[in-house]
Amino acid sequence: MTQSLPAIKPGTATAELDYDAASQTGVLHLRGDWRQKARRPEPGSPVLPLAMGSLRFDCADLTGWDSTLLIYLHELRRHCHYRSLAVAWDTLPAGANRLLKLASGSSTTPQAMPTPTWSWLGKVGLRSLEAWGRVVDVLTFVGELVLACLKFLFGRARLRWSDLALEMVKAGPQALAIVALIGFLMGLILAFIGAIPLKWFGAEVYVASLIGIGILRLMGAVMTGVVMAGRTGAAYAAELGSMQANEEIDALESMGIPPMEFLVLPRFLALTAMLPLLGLFGDLVGVLGGLVVGVFYLDLTFMQFWQQLMQTTKLADLFVGLFTCWVFGMLIAVCGCLRGIQCGRSSEAVGQATTSAVVSSIVCMVIATAAITVVTVALKI
Amino acid sequence: MTTPPPIAVRGLTMAYGSRVIQRDLTFTVRRGEIFIVMGGSGCGKSTLLRHLIGLQTPAAGTVLRNGQDFWALSDAARDRIKRNSGILYQTGALWSAMTLAENIALPLHQFTRLRPGEIRDLCAFKLALVGLAGCEHYYPSEISGGMRKRAALARALALDPEMLFFDEPSAGLDPVSSRRMDDLIIELRESLSATIVVVTHELASIFAIGTDAIFLDGESRTIIAQGSPKDLLNQASPLRVRQFLTRGGATP
Repeated sequence: MTQSLPAIKPGTATAELDYDAASQTGVLHLRGDWRQKARRPEPGSPVLPLAMGSLRFDCADLTGWDSTLLIYLHELRRHCHYRSLAVAWDTLPAGANRLLKLASGSSTTPQAMPTPTWSWLGKVGLRSLEAWGRVVDVLTFVGELVLACLKFLFGRARLRWSDLALEMVKAGPQALAIVALIGFLMGLILAFIGAIPLKWFGAEVYVASLIGIGILRLMGAVMTGVVMAGRTGAAYAAELGSMQANEEIDALESMGIPPMEFLVLPRFLALTAMLPLLGLFGDLVGVLGGLVVGVFYLDLTFMQFWQQLMQTTKLADLFVGLFTCWVFGMLIAVCGCLRGIQCGRSSEAVGQATTSAVVSSIVCMVIATAAITVVTVALKI
Repeated sequence: MTTPPPIAVRGLTMAYGSRVIQRDLTFTVRRGEIFIVMGGSGCGKSTLLRHLIGLQTPAAGTVLRNGQDFWALSDAARDRIKRNSGILYQTGALWSAMTLAENIALPLHQFTRLRPGEIRDLCAFKLALVGLAGCEHYYPSEISGGMRKRAALARALALDPEMLFFDEPSAGLDPVSSRRMDDLIIELRESLSATIVVVTHELASIFAIGTDAIFLDGESRTIIAQGSPKDLLNQASPLRVRQFLTRGGATP
């Protein structure tokens, strides 16, 4: 039965079957270098004759092996088990045999969740319930936050003053530079663009009114809000999200420290307190930007600009802007903290939480701006 | 010519900034050994592991891998050595945004030219090897801590490494799972003829699997005993080692 087999080329592995029809026994010659880099037979080849009753291995020419031999044999083992073929596994290298046994040993497989199939109407219902659930989540969060704020007013909230101070520093003074840069450039751009049509009428001096109303009432707040959503809102979502992923929030909760008061409240208070101040600063720098354009590009004098600004801009404009900022502060803090708290337990979920915090706070801010503008115009403020 | 030992440490001093963790460590890990690094909490066991696998540079001394100074090698040669080491981190360190199968497949995709089908089979096999057959599509957050650890071991085995490093393999496992992990370690050494370094302070494991060991002392900041764990129990070894190995029961 054993004829001399042809020599194997280096870098190849072979599995050849010697089948003796009389005794219905087969010998599988595993030869060559059974490693990842070698050319080797597919699992499931060669095909074993149906009549075969027993199989053993010949590993005399097996020069090396790694996991690729094991997956080949694993497949073979499944096949032989299915056909209840008697296999002399102990004719394999001892290590390979033991690893195979280990791999086919008992495994702990978690119970798969049954996934029911839904009809078209069922899917619509399911989606609606999901959407409603998200609304309920937001409302619950806002409600809890309001309660936490009330507790704070009565001095019973569980938060550390040092946290509050730290958050204020992070959301206030540390943001001054970026707000100054964006505010100044915004004033500059607005004045340049406004100067084009104003020049047609020889009404360059009205650039001061444009800047006054445009920056104080709207653009100062919007630019500050956008910067802070990207800077601080995203940071809140990432901080709280990775705390959620690391079970740190669970740890707080299990100690009876409500995360709403300990984590969310200081961030919410800090941002709502700081955003109007940042907005005021942004307004000042923005007007300065407009002034630069007025004086150096439109050849106005400082006094002309100043008088025009004072005559046409009301204090109410400034207050509407600051009120908008205050609303933005609340929105950014709520979106950032909510997404952070809702975060899942993986690194990817933290990224999603951050993205969705920034996107939803910007959307909310635009909606809020529209509402405030319509209301103030209607009320003639 | 004899082959050089997989790991040889010569006069290694480990430090964070100016704070010295351990000084003047010299030992050799021979091929096929299950080498235990033991010592009390905070004595620098894990830091030593980070030095051995090349995550941290020595403050002084050398780490020789297969007879070559690890830090004198070129980047490419260092990467080859790193690819030949499988590491099981203390908490698993599975990539949380990937399923178990993707976790195991990543090194295979990066470093081998296997076909996708083969990689899939290999992932299934490695998971079966650690007793997690059929768990390919679970995310690390969906399975228990013990399963996570076993999945991390399957990832460490992905590239059939010659060297395996275990950081506290049985920490956080129940006694039965912990025993299974020990059996698996012994099995891997015998079947794959791998060299294994285990950082642990689990006494049962130390005696069950260790063939050689060093004891890092937190007070004198160096190795105070070396040898097979059973030999370290005899009266000749320092009191602190015997107390450690008998849970404080040894008398001077």
